[in-house]
Amino acid sequence: MDWTAFWVSVRLSTATMLVLIVVGVPLAYWVAFSHRRWKFLVEAVVALPLVLPPTVLGFYILVATGPMSPFGRWYASTVGRGLPFSFQGLLVASVLYSLPFAVQPFSAAFAAVDPRLIETSWTLGVSRPATFARVILPLSVRGLVTGMVLSFAHTLGEFGVVLMIGGNVPGSTRTVSISIYDAVQALDYQAAGSTSLVLLAVSFVILAITYALQRSAWAAWPIR
Amino acid sequence: MADQVTMEVDFTHRFASGVQVRASLVQDVAPGSMLVLFGPSGAGKTTILRALAGLFEPDQGRIGLDGAVWFESSSGRFVSPQGRAVGYVAQNAALFPHLTVRKNIEYGLHGAADQRRLRTDHLVELIGLCGLESRYPRQLSGGQAQRVALARALAPAPRLLLLDEPFGALDATTRRALRSELRTVLRDTRTSAILVTHDRLEAMAMGDLMAVMVEGVIRQVGPVADVFKRPGDSAVARSLGVETVLPAIVGDVNDGLVTLRIGSGTLTAVAEAAGKTGDNVFACIRAEDVVVSGQPSAGGSARNHLTGRVIAIEPEGAVDRITIECGFELVAAITRQSREELGLGPGSTVGAAIKATAIHVVPKV
Repeated sequence: MDWTAFWVSVRLSTATMLVLIVVGVPLAYWVAFSHRRWKFLVEAVVALPLVLPPTVLGFYILVATGPMSPFGRWYASTVGRGLPFSFQGLLVASVLYSLPFAVQPFSAAFAAVDPRLIETSWTLGVSRPATFARVILPLSVRGLVTGMVLSFAHTLGEFGVVLMIGGNVPGSTRTVSISIYDAVQALDYQAAGSTSLVLLAVSFVILAITYALQRSAWAAWPIR
Repeated sequence: MADQVTMEVDFTHRFASGVQVRASLVQDVAPGSMLVLFGPSGAGKTTILRALAGLFEPDQGRIGLDGAVWFESSSGRFVSPQGRAVGYVAQNAALFPHLTVRKNIEYGLHGAADQRRLRTDHLVELIGLCGLESRYPRQLSGGQAQRVALARALAPAPRLLLLDEPFGALDATTRRALRSELRTVLRDTRTSAILVTHDRLEAMAMGDLMAVMVEGVIRQVGPVADVFKRPGDSAVARSLGVETVLPAIVGDVNDGLVTLRIGSGTLTAVAEAAGKTGDNVFACIRAEDVVVSGQPSAGGSARNHLTGRVIAIEPEGAVDRITIECGFELVAAITRQSREELGLGPGSTVGAAIKATAIHVVPKV
């Protein structure tokens, strides 16, 4: 059992989830309430990771953050080291890869709030941001929890993107799924088996708790 | 507080569906009085309310209250709903489901916590919600929910209260109770209100002023009794549905029957919900229910026998609508054949019989 890899995965999943709350909530609000004509383009971009092979996504992120790109060079000169093959690089990739798993449940929940409640709040003199905080957010708790859990669990289980961008640095970018793959390659079936079992158990427990709390069978699936 | 609130609503809007709404309504409204916006479903009533509340921006025009301009297409001015301070109560109460009754009422209040509490207590008592403060909306009946919505809208003391068919989803008993409570509260708090309804009985019972809307256009504005008495055109008359509406005072009530004093005449009606002696009511009579004869007679089962003079005849297909002056103006519908057989023309003296059961009494709240 590779506990180092397990904790890297947990740290990565937690960080991804937190970043996705900060990035995903405003984006989901915009997707839910904007009337822009080109909104569908943003929606399509957000949903891309659902259909793209992780290797394709990983390849583009690698190219975009590597020393060949202006951004990659700027980041490397500012921070002192490049994004690829670092925990931060992995975090950027994970955020992009799990974006639809957070944004879609968030925006579905926001859009499901009765517009009459929102309008009533406005006529009572409460500003749009305050209406969001006092009406929309509390009524979207289920969707928020769903999005958080899904992005956490999805990051926990990601493999292809990590393989492309993370490399295999123990304690930094070697996640639990990579660790299992390595163990199997080395024909160490016992280590692969115990790590797999832990990942399976943890994933199942997280999802089971979420569903039990929400008491609504398939609400977690991002349907719009 | 100023004595009159001047409301200016003058806009046109074309929806993507092609439906057009033209609203033109400049009106002084006395504090505590109610303007009823009446019309069939789909006439554009809600559009006007939403435009006033700032929830909808029309293509063109001007909307304002008491000199303050809320919307002006020529200058691009648009005041947000938050900046207008109007109360809005929708057909379904639209209470915040995650907040208690108390928190719902307090929602639009600013300032110190104890002041908000005081104001909320006051409204809870005013609207009769004592004992329900800590309930959640799902634990309320329809009537209770609508009361909370009303209290919530009144809490920030709005200049104008907009009511979009607030009693539509309630049963008749609750509706009647809420109507009179609402009138009392508005009078006591000197809040002017606009009530949207497609129910002419509600319009009669609740309104001081009335605006009739047909197919996206406001056709007529005036005191309720005047509008019913003198519809501006045939579309208004059709939408009102009743030909004769007479302001009356309840006289004697006995044996299930009530005497109504109307101008110099009287009518007998079934007591139903007529109220008590001295109450103001409207007596409504459909033209089809008036039986016209060549001379006054007292025969038959009808309780009311009137004698009058024909003052107008208006043909409408195979039927003529004749207006009879008999102490008050009464409209009757008779076939053209009958009219020719009776030899009626302007100035003819006729008898008119109306069954007591055909007179609908609407109490004024």
